[in-house]
Amino acid sequence: MIRFAMTRLMGALFVALVVTLPARAEVKIEEVVSPGGITAWLVQEPSIPFMALELRFRGGASLDAPGKRGAINLMTGLLEEGAGDLDARAFARELEGLAASFGYDIGNDALSVSASFLTENRAEAVELLRKSIIEPRFDEAALERVREQVLTGLRSDAKDPAKIARATFDAMAYGEHPYGSQYRGTIDSVTALTRADMLDAHGAVFAKDRLYVGVVGDITPAELGPLLDTLLGPLPDAGAAQPGPAEIQIKGGTTVVPFDTPQSVAVFGQRGIEQDDPDFFAARVLNQVLGAGGFESRLMTEVREKRGLTYGVSSFLIPQDHAATLQGQVASANDRIAEAVSVIRDEWARAAAEGVTQAELDAAKTFVTGAYPLRFNGNAPIARIMVGMQMLGLPIDYIATRNEKVEAVTLADVKRIAAELLDPEGLHFVVVGQPEDLENSVAN
Amino acid sequence: MPRLRAALAGLALTTTLSVAPPLAAQKRDDQVTSFELDNGMQVVVVEDNRAPVVQHMVWYRAGSADEPVGSSGVAHFLEHLLFKATDTLADGEFSATVAANGGRDNAFTSYDYTAYFQRVAADRLELMMRMEADRMRNINFTDQNVATERDVILEERNQRTDSNPRALFSEQMNAAQYLNHRYGVPIIGWRHEMETLDKADALGFYDTYYYPNNAILVVSGDVDPDEVKALAETYYGVIPANPDLPERVRSAEPPQTAERRLIYRDARVAQSYVSRSYLAPERDPGDQTAAAALTLLAEVLGGGQTSYLTEKLQFEEQKAVFSGAFYRGATLDDTTFDVVIVPVPGLSLEEAEAAMDATLASFLEDGVDEEALERIKYQLRASEIYARDNVDNTARRYGAAMSVGLTVEDIQNWPDVLQAVTPQDIMDAARMVLNRDASVTGWLTRPEGEVTQ
Repeated sequence: MIRFAMTRLMGALFVALVVTLPARAEVKIEEVVSPGGITAWLVQEPSIPFMALELRFRGGASLDAPGKRGAINLMTGLLEEGAGDLDARAFARELEGLAASFGYDIGNDALSVSASFLTENRAEAVELLRKSIIEPRFDEAALERVREQVLTGLRSDAKDPAKIARATFDAMAYGEHPYGSQYRGTIDSVTALTRADMLDAHGAVFAKDRLYVGVVGDITPAELGPLLDTLLGPLPDAGAAQPGPAEIQIKGGTTVVPFDTPQSVAVFGQRGIEQDDPDFFAARVLNQVLGAGGFESRLMTEVREKRGLTYGVSSFLIPQDHAATLQGQVASANDRIAEAVSVIRDEWARAAAEGVTQAELDAAKTFVTGAYPLRFNGNAPIARIMVGMQMLGLPIDYIATRNEKVEAVTLADVKRIAAELLDPEGLHFVVVGQPEDLENSVAN
Repeated sequence: MPRLRAALAGLALTTTLSVAPPLAAQKRDDQVTSFELDNGMQVVVVEDNRAPVVQHMVWYRAGSADEPVGSSGVAHFLEHLLFKATDTLADGEFSATVAANGGRDNAFTSYDYTAYFQRVAADRLELMMRMEADRMRNINFTDQNVATERDVILEERNQRTDSNPRALFSEQMNAAQYLNHRYGVPIIGWRHEMETLDKADALGFYDTYYYPNNAILVVSGDVDPDEVKALAETYYGVIPANPDLPERVRSAEPPQTAERRLIYRDARVAQSYVSRSYLAPERDPGDQTAAAALTLLAEVLGGGQTSYLTEKLQFEEQKAVFSGAFYRGATLDDTTFDVVIVPVPGLSLEEAEAAMDATLASFLEDGVDEEALERIKYQLRASEIYARDNVDNTARRYGAAMSVGLTVEDIQNWPDVLQAVTPQDIMDAARMVLNRDASVTGWLTRPEGEVTQ
C-alpha cells in the first residue's frame, strides 16, 4: 500500500475494454435449473478444486426509496457485518477460517455478489454466504461503524477533483432520476439512515424476479441445483419496482467547478447508444478508433503522444439499463487543460464529419475480436461475463457468434453512426480545477 | 517434493527439460519451469492451457533506486521512451502492432525493477518476443520524443502525486525514512529533476542496464516450455550480454538512531490519519525466515477484520474507522513495516497515535492468538489453489521476486517458510521491528486553524 509501481497508462483504460471471443476459445456453458426453479449458467472446470459464483440483482442502488439515497449502498456494506447467529467479528472469523472470499458490490444497475470457495468446505461456505444474503443482522453497532466508513468516503469524494467532476456531470445529465445523484448518497442522507431503512433496502433489492446466476468451477449440474435452492430458495419472488428511463438533459458546453489543485480533471460526454441497438457494434468500433483504443486511439495520439498534454485520455460507451451515454475523461495541468479540451472537441468534430479510415476500421476490428480471449482469464471473470450476458438477454451460445457481429461492421456503417452519434455541439465538458482560458458556456 | 521439477530444469540449463509428472501427482510448482539462456537471461514459464492466451513479460533488474544521482525518475522516463521508435519500428508501432493483434501491452517501473508486458492470443508469442528483443538494444528516439514524453511524465506526476495529498504525504514519509538509500526518492522522481531529464540521461540508463544478462523473461499461459525455450534462444539468445554490467550496490542505510516525526498539511485532506513506518529487513536469497515472520506479523496485527489492531481499535475501543499493518518483503534492500490508524470523528491525531501505540504495546504483552494464526496459514495454503486460476499473477510474482535477486527455489520455498513460522517467531519479529529509533511517524492533516474531518 505504501509504494506504488508506476505504470504507463491508467487502469481505467483497461476497465473500459469490451471485447469478443476467438474461434479457438471454448467456453461450454450449460443452463442449470434447480429443483426450486432457479436458473444458472454453469461452466464446469474441475481442474482446480474451487468454484466461483456470481449473483446479480438487477436494479441495485437505483432502487433507493425517495429521500433514502445511499441506503442500498450502506445495506450492501453491512451484508458481511453479521448474519444469522454470527455478529460481525464471528462472521469475519468464520469467513477467514474457510479461506473463502465473498465480495458484495453495488452499482447503478445491479447489486453483485462474487464468491469463491474451496471444494473441500463448499457446504460451510454456502451456508455462510446464505446467512449474509438472507439473514443479515444490521446490528446497530455495525451500522454505525460502516456508516462512518461511508461518510469518510463521501468526505474524501468531496475533495477529489475526478469525483467532483463525475457528480457534477451526472447531476446535469440525469436530473432527478436516480442516475443523477451518487449512489453512495450524501453526508445528510447517509447520516439520517436507520436500521429500518436497511431492512427496507434489503427487501427492495433481494428478490428472485431480478436474479441472475453464473457459476464456474469444480461442481456438477447435479450438485449445483440443490446448492442454488439452499442459497437462494428463501428469497421473495418480487422486490421494488425498477425506475423508468432517464432522460438525458445535458446540453453542449463547458462547466467549470473551481477547485484548488495543480491539475484540472475533465469529465465529458453526450448521449450514447443502447447495447441492443443494431448499430451498437458499429459504435463500439467507432469508439475504439476515437478514444477507447489505448495508445492507438485518436484522442491519445493527439492529446498525449503528439502534444504531451496529459498522462491519459479515453472515451467510453456507457450503455446503462435506463440511459446510454458516450463519455470520456482527461486530466491536464491548469494552464494546458484548455488546449486538451480544444483538441478533443476537434477530434469529435472530425470523426463526426469524416468517420474513420479503412485502416483504422481494420485495426479496430482486429483488436475488438482478437482481444476477446483476454477477458476469459479465470473462473470468476467467466462467471461475471455469463451473468452480464444474461442481464442483456443474450442467447447462451452468444460467445461463439459475437465476433461475426463485429466483423460485419462496414466502413459505411461507421461513417453513418459517427454522423448520427457524435454530436460536437452536444458535447459537454465538466472541468474541475483552476483552468486557465476556460469559461462556463451552454449551447442553445 | 513439489519443487523438484523446477530445480531439475534449472540444473539442466540448455539440455532437455524434465517431463511433467502424471496429473494426479501434480502439485503447485508443476506449472512452473525455469532455465537460463547462454547469455545469462533467466527464463520462467508458467503453464495454464485452459485458454489460448499468453502473457509475455521482460523484467529488468533496474529501477528507480538504481538511478544516477540527480536523475530521479529516469528509470520510469526510459520506460515511456521504450514505446517510441527502434531501428526497425516507427514511433508507437510497438503498441499498435500488439493492438492490431488483439493484444494489450504496458509497462511499469518500481524501485528495483522495470517490466514490460503484453497479453495476447497464444499464437502471437513469437511476434511479441521479436519486438521486445528488438527494443532491448535498438531504441532510437528523437529529441522531440524526449520533450513531449517529459511533459507526459510531468502530467503523470501531477495526476498521481501532486493531485493527491496522501501520495505527497507518503513521499515525505519515505524521504524521512531513508537517510542514505535511494528508496527515499520517489519512483516517478522529484519534479525539479524530472524537468531536467534529457536524451543522454535516458540513453545512459538504457546502455547500462538493458541487456539480457540483466533481464528475466516470464511467459505465462497456454505455452509449452520447450517452444518458449526455442523462441527465447532465437530472439533473446542472440543478444550479447553486457560484460560491464555494474554490480548492484546502493548506498546503504547507516544505523538509524533517532525517531523522526513529520506533519504534512494540505487543504485537500478529507480524512486525517496517522501513519508510521519502521525500517525492516527484506527477503534475502536463502534466508527468508525473518521476512516470513514479518509477513505473518502484518497479517496477525493488522491484516484483516479479525486482526489485533482491528479488533482493539475498531471493534472494542471504537477509536478507528480503519487500521492496518503492511509489509512487503520482495525488495532488494531494507524495506519498511507500516502501521496506520484512521481515527473516528472527534478523536485527535495525538489521541489516535496514543491509541495505536497502546495497542502495539498490548500486542507485545498478549502475544499471538494461535487460532488466528492457524486461520491465516490456512488462507495462505488456499491461496495457492486460487493462484492456479490466475497464472499471470503467478508470473508477476516470479518476475518481481527474481528482479530482487531471489531464486526460483526461494520463491517455491516461500509457502513452506511461511507455514513454518511459529508464534514465537512472530513475537521476536515484532520486538525487533517495532523500534521507534528506526521509525517515522507522520500525521496527514488539514492546515492549522482549519477543522479536521
